[in-house]
Amino acid sequence: MKEQLQKDFDNTIRNLTLSQNDIEIKKFYLDNFINKGFPNRKEEDWKFSDLNQIIKKNIGELSFYSDYTSTNKVDSSAFVDGLEHNKIVFINGRIEKIDFDYEKKDQIEIIDQSETISKFNNNSSLSDLNSAFTNKSFKIAVKKGYQLTKPLIIYHTTNSKIWSKNINLRLNFELYENSSLRLIDLFRDTSEKNFLNIFYNFELKENSILKNYKVDKFENKNIKYSFNNIEQDKNSISETFILSSGSNFCKNEINCNLNGKYSSAFINGIFSLNNNKHHEIRTIINHLTENTKSYQLIKSVLEESSRAIYQGKIFVNSKAQKTDGYQLSKAILLNKDSEFNAKPELEIYADDVKCSHGSASGSLNEDSIFYLMSRGLNYQQSRELLINGFLLDVVEKITDSEVKNLIKNMIGIKE
Amino acid sequence: MDNRQKEIDNLKDYKYGFTTDIENTRAPKGLNEDVIKFISNVKKEPQWMLDFRLKAYERFKQLKEPDWQKPKYPKIDYQDLYYYSAPKSMKDKPKNLDDLDPKLLETYKKLGIPLQEQKRLNGIAVDAVFDSVSVATTFREELTKQGIIFCPISEAIQNHPELVKKYLGSVIPVTDHFFATLNSAVFTDGSFAYIPEGVRCPMELSTYFRINAANTGQFERTLIVADKGSYVSYLEGCTAPMRDENQLHAANVELVALDDAEIKYSTVQNWYPGDKDGKGGIYNFVTKRGLCKGKNSKISWTQVETGSAITWKYPSCILKGDNSVGEFYSIAITNNHQKADTGTKMIHLGKNTKSKIISKGISAGFSDMTYRGLVDISSKAANSNNYTQCDSLLMGNKCGAHTVPYIKNKNSESNIAHEATTSKISEDQLHYCKQRGLSAEEAVGLIVNGFCKEVLQQLPMEFAVEAQKLVGISLEGSVG
Repeated sequence: MKEQLQKDFDNTIRNLTLSQNDIEIKKFYLDNFINKGFPNRKEEDWKFSDLNQIIKKNIGELSFYSDYTSTNKVDSSAFVDGLEHNKIVFINGRIEKIDFDYEKKDQIEIIDQSETISKFNNNSSLSDLNSAFTNKSFKIAVKKGYQLTKPLIIYHTTNSKIWSKNINLRLNFELYENSSLRLIDLFRDTSEKNFLNIFYNFELKENSILKNYKVDKFENKNIKYSFNNIEQDKNSISETFILSSGSNFCKNEINCNLNGKYSSAFINGIFSLNNNKHHEIRTIINHLTENTKSYQLIKSVLEESSRAIYQGKIFVNSKAQKTDGYQLSKAILLNKDSEFNAKPELEIYADDVKCSHGSASGSLNEDSIFYLMSRGLNYQQSRELLINGFLLDVVEKITDSEVKNLIKNMIGIKE
Repeated sequence: MDNRQKEIDNLKDYKYGFTTDIENTRAPKGLNEDVIKFISNVKKEPQWMLDFRLKAYERFKQLKEPDWQKPKYPKIDYQDLYYYSAPKSMKDKPKNLDDLDPKLLETYKKLGIPLQEQKRLNGIAVDAVFDSVSVATTFREELTKQGIIFCPISEAIQNHPELVKKYLGSVIPVTDHFFATLNSAVFTDGSFAYIPEGVRCPMELSTYFRINAANTGQFERTLIVADKGSYVSYLEGCTAPMRDENQLHAANVELVALDDAEIKYSTVQNWYPGDKDGKGGIYNFVTKRGLCKGKNSKISWTQVETGSAITWKYPSCILKGDNSVGEFYSIAITNNHQKADTGTKMIHLGKNTKSKIISKGISAGFSDMTYRGLVDISSKAANSNNYTQCDSLLMGNKCGAHTVPYIKNKNSESNIAHEATTSKISEDQLHYCKQRGLSAEEAVGLIVNGFCKEVLQQLPMEFAVEAQKLVGISLEGSVG
């Protein structure tokens, strides 16, 4: 793999206009990655999902170079219907379109950061890989007091032009005081056997609000890793919703640093898996100052021989008195080959806190099915009704009604 | 009130911190094949036992010391330890208690275990382990009548080789982890109990461990086998003198429950925790594992962990037999600079297996406490159930309380439920108690005892009283 990496790296560098210094930095990250390789089960964070093995088994040899010189045609029929929105379009990892048509132009700043190497606050091998190979990266800043009128949808589209490729994306967001942003990540893949490695960084200033929705709904054979780092100032709110369903393998990591008083973080997630899929959500909430709050709810419905993993950590340092942290994960195993693993973790150094977690996994409640069947539903209907209700609970946590309806329609959940 | 105060003052410092001035026979310092042969030779062990040890040692040489645990400690120099230390008077084993070195008897009296009196009192059968050897076992005749074997493991190796051979290392194999393998290579003594088919052991069996000599690691090995349809309740207590340097204690405990058998294992661990600044104390790195081998068998662990500088152990149950049950009840208290990383593993292999985990952690001062547990329901363990509850109580913001459960469910017909909470003692409760005339410390003692009640209830009577007191004492000075 080393030679391949070196060769692909040289090709990638050739297409960029970087100073010698920046090239050195990128080389440094490349060497880091070559040393560490893809994470494997020996690392505690990857205990349940051995990415090295998964890539080997599903993809085999990866190539890290993508030719971004030619443009891809943006197919507007693929855009979400019935909801006016701003868009960023990635096709096969190439950024094709940034469009904030619905917003005041002077309130949103788009800064091309491709030529500046920003250090990412995460020293995993995947962030090294990302830093070494990201091609174009942008920073989107929402100015003080501006609240976007329409949500922003980021389309991650891949098509059959690529195969066995590693795609690295990076975006930075900065929300200034009193601003707000609604963001939807939408994955549409018609490609197979690629590895997407996505890093987002969010800076939330005082009183800003971020609503961050990730929708991986459509069936595909790709492998995805996404890392979101969210830094929160005083009074800011972040809300994250993850629908983890479509890809063959997907791991979403959310790292949330509650740096300012009264800041709060909400993370809700659904695993809806079938057919040998293997998905993971890992969350880390760091309560770093007093009076912060976090709430997490993760529900899974697992069919066939699928596997879901939830690792959630609540960290409270000794300054963070009056922390309120809550975490709940529930799973329904529908097939005897399905598997649910959880590692809900509390690490607490302050005494005046209220922290708790719960985790439950098991089969569908036969009593409830019996009840519904005795009311005239057949087995299949009863089962669907119960699962529907089970998942609806999480979708209802979405605070934005437009997005809530969009997601409800997408998963076909009825009220 | 005066009396109570006196009692508290008396108990405030670690009252078991004395040393017994007694002549010792020691193995040469360090760990090598010769030392292992020396131990085996002193114990007059048969060849198969020596082979067992050497096999473990071979394996040990390849193993690396684990470092994933939360409490970190300075590297232990395994060559700088004595692996065998015994009171000289034990060289030729005393036939009965009257032949025992009076100094030893004195020691156990100070510890509150008057071996002599026990002969007359009807109560608990005790096997007392002093440093590396078992010094006395009481009530042996009475137990023999029922066919129960309860003796030091070194004697069992001589007298009941077929049982030891069959079960030793069957739950914790010689190829297990670092400390367990070290123990397999150098273990010196411990208790052995065998309860024959259909017998309900009429009294509590108990082992009392005492580390006396300096620079000595204590490596004892306990093996309890409950044959079909039998029942036994087993108690374990431990203390050590106050010393500035840290001492290693790496024991192995193996339990085997056959069809319809039940083993109840209770520990009150009160090794020397080190002084207020965290100097000295015991490293308690113990491997405890129970195998529910037969169907309808049950193993239940109850532990009260108040001592040791570092406690690092996970009493586990392997639920292999169908319908078997595993239970784990734990109170862990850390104060000053103590550290604990403890919990359990419940491995469900058989059908209709059930497990229950109740863990209560209390940390005060500068201490750090971690609950780490694993619940693993394998794909064949249909219809299995687990319930886990772990609660932590924090006192002050210099200490830490952590929960790291691993939950694996591979069977769709099985259910796992897990809850954990972390909080402090509520002001309302404190206020209420104080209003009724209790001092802050008494109030905390009362509330903490209430917090631990679910676990304390599981202890045999004699232990429960001691444990309750211990809970109060361990938290002395942590309020206000």
